[in-house]
Amino acid sequence: MGEHRNWPERLHVVTGKGGTGKTSVAAALALGLAAGGRRTLLVEVEGRQGIAQLFGLDPLPYAEKRIATTTGGGEVRALAVDPEEALLEYLDMFYKLGAAGRALRKVGAIDFATTIAPGLRDVLLTGKVKEATTRSENGRRVYDAVILDAPPTGRVGRFLNVTAETARLAKMGPIKTQSDGVASLLRSPMTAVHVVTLLEEMPVQESLDAITDLTALNIPVGRIIVNGARPALLTGGKVTKAEVKRGLTAAGLPASAAAVSQLTVQAQAHLTRRELEESLRIELAELNRPMVELPLLPDGVNMSGLQDLAGRLLRA
Amino acid sequence: MADLTAARLDVDGLLSDPAIRIVVCCGAGGVGKTTTAAALGLRAAEVHGRRTVVLTIDPARRLAQSMGLTELDNTPRQVKGIDTAAGGELHAMMLDMKRTFDEVVEQHTKPDRAAEIFANPFYQAMSSTFAGTQEYMAMEKLGQLRAADEWDLIVVDTPPSRSALDFLDAPARLSRFLDGRMLRMLLAPARAGGKSMFSLVTASFGLFSRAVQKILGAQLLTDLSGFVAALDSMFGGFRARADQTYRVLQDPQTAFLLVAAPERDAVREAAYFAERLVAERMPLGGLVLNRMHQAEPAGLTAEQSEAAAAELEAAGDQSITADVLRIHAGLLRQTEREVRVAATFIDAFPHVPTTVVAAQPADVHDVDGLRTIGTLLA
Repeated sequence: MGEHRNWPERLHVVTGKGGTGKTSVAAALALGLAAGGRRTLLVEVEGRQGIAQLFGLDPLPYAEKRIATTTGGGEVRALAVDPEEALLEYLDMFYKLGAAGRALRKVGAIDFATTIAPGLRDVLLTGKVKEATTRSENGRRVYDAVILDAPPTGRVGRFLNVTAETARLAKMGPIKTQSDGVASLLRSPMTAVHVVTLLEEMPVQESLDAITDLTALNIPVGRIIVNGARPALLTGGKVTKAEVKRGLTAAGLPASAAAVSQLTVQAQAHLTRRELEESLRIELAELNRPMVELPLLPDGVNMSGLQDLAGRLLRA
Repeated sequence: MADLTAARLDVDGLLSDPAIRIVVCCGAGGVGKTTTAAALGLRAAEVHGRRTVVLTIDPARRLAQSMGLTELDNTPRQVKGIDTAAGGELHAMMLDMKRTFDEVVEQHTKPDRAAEIFANPFYQAMSSTFAGTQEYMAMEKLGQLRAADEWDLIVVDTPPSRSALDFLDAPARLSRFLDGRMLRMLLAPARAGGKSMFSLVTASFGLFSRAVQKILGAQLLTDLSGFVAALDSMFGGFRARADQTYRVLQDPQTAFLLVAAPERDAVREAAYFAERLVAERMPLGGLVLNRMHQAEPAGLTAEQSEAAAAELEAAGDQSITADVLRIHAGLLRQTEREVRVAATFIDAFPHVPTTVVAAQPADVHDVDGLRTIGTLLA
């Protein structure tokens, strides 16, 4: 299978301000990249169970579970990474702790360890993502692509900049090695961080800030994904009551003064909003990054809506 | 369709009530919490003549500037250019998490001990990045502002957490951590003169500390022990303060306002929070349904408008009216969807008073804008 023509990276990190729909976009990308018999893994790390809610499933366990199938025998698996589980798995892998690991949990040691060492938590989470991204079985990659539903724009730089955080505390040892491995994957052409935004001031501002941060950290920024874009209506930019009245009459609709005025007010509010959106779109375009626009889903986010978004993302 | 304002939230009644001293705005990220908190503060000062302070955590740059907050300096600054005819004042401050933590340390320990703590790499990392420090420090700051008793009303904007519930959980987590069994065990060898006690707990802890040592390195464990020993003297203080603030939050002088935008995730988060507040016996003041779109029906359903638009388009002229009708249809569908989403909360919590704030065409970043939101809230 190998890489996708338009989305060649293997690890797609999806971030965005809260409320921009980054989980939906990540899910759509996972579906899209699984088409044609591929296999993708959709990962979440913040314990929000956003994937389960999106797909209408019971909370996801700490296991890679199939949540959707696609054309040609493709599938999307999902994983909710839990830092405690990741630490136990990690201890087991390197130190064969087994039952002792469970005893540690009983006295609260695991909770303690993931709480006290700032950054350790993030190293464990991103470490698991790296492991899944690079995992092979019988000389073949297990996942054609891994899509990470990452923390929001305000925290994503710190989350991905694991080396800096751990280097302050751990100067050597396996954690250092682990975080160095994660850092080099995140700074390689195998990774792209995509930023989801709405055409609203705060999300755009936070996207610009996050892109500046990521660039300074040498973490490759992929696409800017404008979500919930409105259709381009009234592109001429003007509307008058007289015109609306003529139009309503031509369509054989009641053209009372109240109706004409209500429709004109709505149209003008749309124009005001569009003007603001246009200036935000220009701000984003000035970054010279590939941009994709996704429409607002008329019926909210459901499976057919996600498929629609997936198709648009892959064509972009 | 559910009536979203069957129980209407009386914002003015709340803001003018002298018994209400704290309003906490909580909700998911991106729903307009900070703007709501600032608008409530402004209205309390201008309309109700109250000496008000707004504690914000991470405001958008332009909103902060509009309130005269140009830097994080951890002290309330008076907001200029507001109407003080009613005798009120508006002050605003941005939380500086690290500085608040430093102040707590300074208050609870001697200067030489404090210097030792500040120099410890664990303290440095924890005071700026510990998951929950921001929430804990917001509570700490709230406790300080309330204890000073110089404000009629304190409006708090909660941190942009992973989940809105973190605000309630983090202080308990931090105080549990600082006061906890694990820390006691880390200290135990020092207290027992370096000899470990023969108990199952210390045995598994020795295993743990060896594992930590292996994974993180010995220096790190030394730093950690130093940090813990230095903080030991402060345990009681931390715990007592967290508990005290928690009790203030349960008191009727506090009102929690849930802020939600009409999106599935935001409404779900608000519902979780409402359940939690009820369970913790904390006073839930009401729900602010923010950014709701409104559409005058103009005598046309969405379907009629779309059909007519298609006809006009096919006829080849009147393309402007066709677009106007499509805008109308889109707005009607959006409004319907938003009401449907919001109704899931109202159905679950029919007795929670609610106020609806209409979506504004542009974002708010000046005092006039905040005043408009305040009027819409009330």
